[in-house]
Amino acid sequence: MDSKENNISKGASKEQILYANILNAGMLIGLISLVLIFILYVSGILSPLIPLEKVQTYWVLSVHEYLVKSGIQVGWAWFGELEYGDMLNYIPIAFLSLLTIICYISLIPGLIRKKDKPYIIICILEIIVLLIAASGVLGSGGH
Amino acid sequence: MIQIPLRSSIVILCVVIFLIWILGTNTSFASDSTTNHNVTELQDWWLYPLILLVLSFLLGVFAVLAGVGGGVLYVPIVSGFLPFHLDFVRGAGLIVALAGALAAGPGLLRKGFANLRLAIPMALIASSSAIVGAMIGLALPTNVIQIMLGATILGIVLLMMKAKKSVFPEVPKPDRLSQTLEIFGIYHEPTINKDISWQIHRTPIGLALFVIIGLMAGMFGLGAGWANVPVLNLVMGAPIKIAVATSKFLLSITDTSAAWVYMNNGAVLPLMVVPSVVGIMLGSFVGVKILGVTKPSVIRILVIIVLGISGTKALLKGLGIG
Repeated sequence: MDSKENNISKGASKEQILYANILNAGMLIGLISLVLIFILYVSGILSPLIPLEKVQTYWVLSVHEYLVKSGIQVGWAWFGELEYGDMLNYIPIAFLSLLTIICYISLIPGLIRKKDKPYIIICILEIIVLLIAASGVLGSGGH
Repeated sequence: MIQIPLRSSIVILCVVIFLIWILGTNTSFASDSTTNHNVTELQDWWLYPLILLVLSFLLGVFAVLAGVGGGVLYVPIVSGFLPFHLDFVRGAGLIVALAGALAAGPGLLRKGFANLRLAIPMALIASSSAIVGAMIGLALPTNVIQIMLGATILGIVLLMMKAKKSVFPEVPKPDRLSQTLEIFGIYHEPTINKDISWQIHRTPIGLALFVIIGLMAGMFGLGAGWANVPVLNLVMGAPIKIAVATSKFLLSITDTSAAWVYMNNGAVLPLMVVPSVVGIMLGSFVGVKILGVTKPSVIRILVIIVLGISGTKALLKGLGIG
């Protein structure tokens, strides 16, 4: 117990502060971009792939029916259509969803220095899990 | 007899009027998303994004006052009372919960309330399960998901009514796994101006419960703070402040994995997501501001009632009765 008490430091660890700083910067960039790009989209400055007035005819359908009727491709297909206002909105959404991976990668060097094997393994596994989810290789569900 | 302060009464009245108005408009021009695939009559395209913005703002205020995440209110209420298909509501719900967790995470980590060493092992289990949950959620028929969602929401209502919380749980002896992973710490509790040393126990049981939590988060797009907190606090023995903060931070990891599945399957529509995220975040800021002048118990009762109605509506909708 004494040795444990010696190992406990009060408040946030260095890794925790590093993670928080990266998360904070990324979150601000992501949310501000999300609002700015959305304004470009709804103001009509950037024309959308699906006209704004038509979106409401799709959001009442299941995602499978929506994909069939709209002809929208799943996965990362939006990345090839960034000239459209609606598709451009996926950039900040994807960025916010990638932020955790960036934060985890930033933890690895510190963990290696500390030779903290269990957490190195857990962090690498988490990065793999999130990359698999992001890659789209898990395929389409659909009804 | 409960005394409801004037300010709380005004907020409650506004919400009730707004919900009645939504219900009224819903029956007049919205289609039933589970059974009727006819396209809605064309309205001005901005009407529903505006409704989402206002509704999400109110939900953001209430989520803070009631101490729940935005997703758990967003999904049942939006899917129950607005014409959006459940697939898109769940996709938006996950992004809403994710944005809220990302916004709160840095502050909670810096203050030492959220604990990275506690969160990381739980996150691996929960995020892996959330991917599976999201895939199941998108593969099952909508009415089945709607019934399960309704039952889950009603279960959450019971949990909110019955669940106790322990401010500083007794952990006589930490388990071997938590010791190996060095999950313990000290944080400063400003309310009593004291440094609190904490440790956890029953880590394997906690990890097993996070499998279920992850599955439900992914399947229903709810976020999962309502389940994270009792597991971290009551099962594993983390102090309530550490449990609440770590739970909020955990959502930024768990919901990320499920959000990707919804996004890669086309279930994330910017015209729904952005007004919802902006609304709930603005509402959260206002909620924090008025937190000191409202009675949390009154708000909590109201949230329980609204969730009870939404859960029942989801259940009936799934059964083809609503």
